[in-house]
Amino acid sequence: MMHALLAPFAYSFMQRALVAALIVGALCSMMGTYVVLRKLAFIGDGLAHASFAGIVIAYLRNIDYQLGAAVVAVLTALGIGFVHRKGKVSLDTSIGVLFTAAFALGIFLMSRQTRYTLDLQSFLFGDILSVTRGDLVFIVVVGAAVFIAAMLAYRDMLFASFDPVVAEAAGLPVKWLDYGLLVALALTIVVALQSVGIVLVAALLVTPAAAAYQLSKRFTPMLLLSAGFGIVSTVGGLYASYFLGSSSGATIVLVATLLFFVAVALKRLRPA
Amino acid sequence: MSCEVELHKVRVCYDAFCALDGIDLCVQPGEALGIVGPNGSGKSTLLKTIAGLLQPERGSLCVFGTAPRKLPRGTIAYVPQVEAVDWAFPATVSDVVAMGRFAHLPWWQRFGATDRALVEEALEAVGMASMAGRHIAELSGGQQQRAFIARALAQQPRLLLLDEPTTGVDAVTEEAMRVVVRAVVARGTPVLMTTHDLERVDEWFDRLMVLDRRTLALGTPAEVAASGAYAAIREHTHTHGHLRVDHDPHEGHEAHPEVRL
Repeated sequence: MMHALLAPFAYSFMQRALVAALIVGALCSMMGTYVVLRKLAFIGDGLAHASFAGIVIAYLRNIDYQLGAAVVAVLTALGIGFVHRKGKVSLDTSIGVLFTAAFALGIFLMSRQTRYTLDLQSFLFGDILSVTRGDLVFIVVVGAAVFIAAMLAYRDMLFASFDPVVAEAAGLPVKWLDYGLLVALALTIVVALQSVGIVLVAALLVTPAAAAYQLSKRFTPMLLLSAGFGIVSTVGGLYASYFLGSSSGATIVLVATLLFFVAVALKRLRPA
Repeated sequence: MSCEVELHKVRVCYDAFCALDGIDLCVQPGEALGIVGPNGSGKSTLLKTIAGLLQPERGSLCVFGTAPRKLPRGTIAYVPQVEAVDWAFPATVSDVVAMGRFAHLPWWQRFGATDRALVEEALEAVGMASMAGRHIAELSGGQQQRAFIARALAQQPRLLLLDEPTTGVDAVTEEAMRVVVRAVVARGTPVLMTTHDLERVDEWFDRLMVLDRRTLALGTPAEVAASGAYAAIREHTHTHGHLRVDHDPHEGHEAHPEVRL
């Protein structure tokens, strides 16, 4: 029994996929708590689509696609924050304007190519089994950087997420925390891009945290529970996809969704 | 004479509309200043400006000798009139009060025993110690208000700004808040507080400011009462001594000329 369960990890591509799944699951779902509590669900989708322009540019310039995706996603995140603050438009409008612009730029650049060999499908839907050693280095380094930054800013980010006006009056750098969060989310999305793809990455930012939100009365337990749900989703999804022969990204998201509905049911069953 | 908070000819505008103009003010150490005036008179705007949340368009503003945004973290505690927070946020009462300590804690420092003691002390001060473990959504309006005042107390600010903390709270809560305010000023921390309630202003405040987009009167409660500016506004109110705007806010300035004391 045990042997059969461990069998998939005899393959090195499965070992790399497992490491990627653990990091992506934990990071996305922890950053996802801020996404859910600040009602930013739209941003995950937005930044993921925007990163597509970076992938196309990187492809045309023959540079690393993750680097291209990261640069464009971070610039889009900063642009979203800037337009929101300076243009006095709501954050979701700002996201709506800028991410579609970046996505359109990606399609524009790609459509001018007479022939392209870019494997669009793997970017749109993700393929965790194709994570190379180089990809894994990027995932570990960028993932660790975002995690450390989030830990250092933990208390300030919590205060600013709950009550930005009072936090600002108390002298917290609320504006920079907002920009910092957008950049951290952009990098988180790029880290997760290969595992779950552009179309589905938003689910990993929202669903595990939304499930944890159902069952938590305090912030830190929500954060830890969300990380747990995230890891169960990515590792469970990877595992299930191996045996079912299904798309890893889609399977991961479906596991997360299943956990969400279990959490909703548990909340309803539990006496208040 | 040194001023902890000093405003000189301050004008604050929202785009084309100026909510405050020509405001002069000097708040002394350990002074409780009450700010009264009709709705839309700029009371909240004044507090937000002093808190550094709004920039004056004209004039100068100094808090402890510098611009509010340049003060060290934790200097100012501000309690807004209506907390625009998400009440479903995963936080208990003590979690919210603990945030008051965050301004003083650099990232490398743990939330320690001193911080926990200050949180407990603040909860005791507002009579919320028994509610510490409750989720914030399970509180009444008055309890929510007290929790936010406790957060401000836990911050141990050098300046406390309270925007209508007594609106919609019962008499017991109101008296508890008055005791808290007097205890804070007794330690030398100035308190600026807006209020609708004109009852017992002399028990709350050392000085009163009557505001209607500019200063109508400024002095001790007795001086302001005698000046007539305060009464002029009160005549507009027909309900339980609460100030109401039932006149065009752009008219009527001649009716109660500015009295400086």
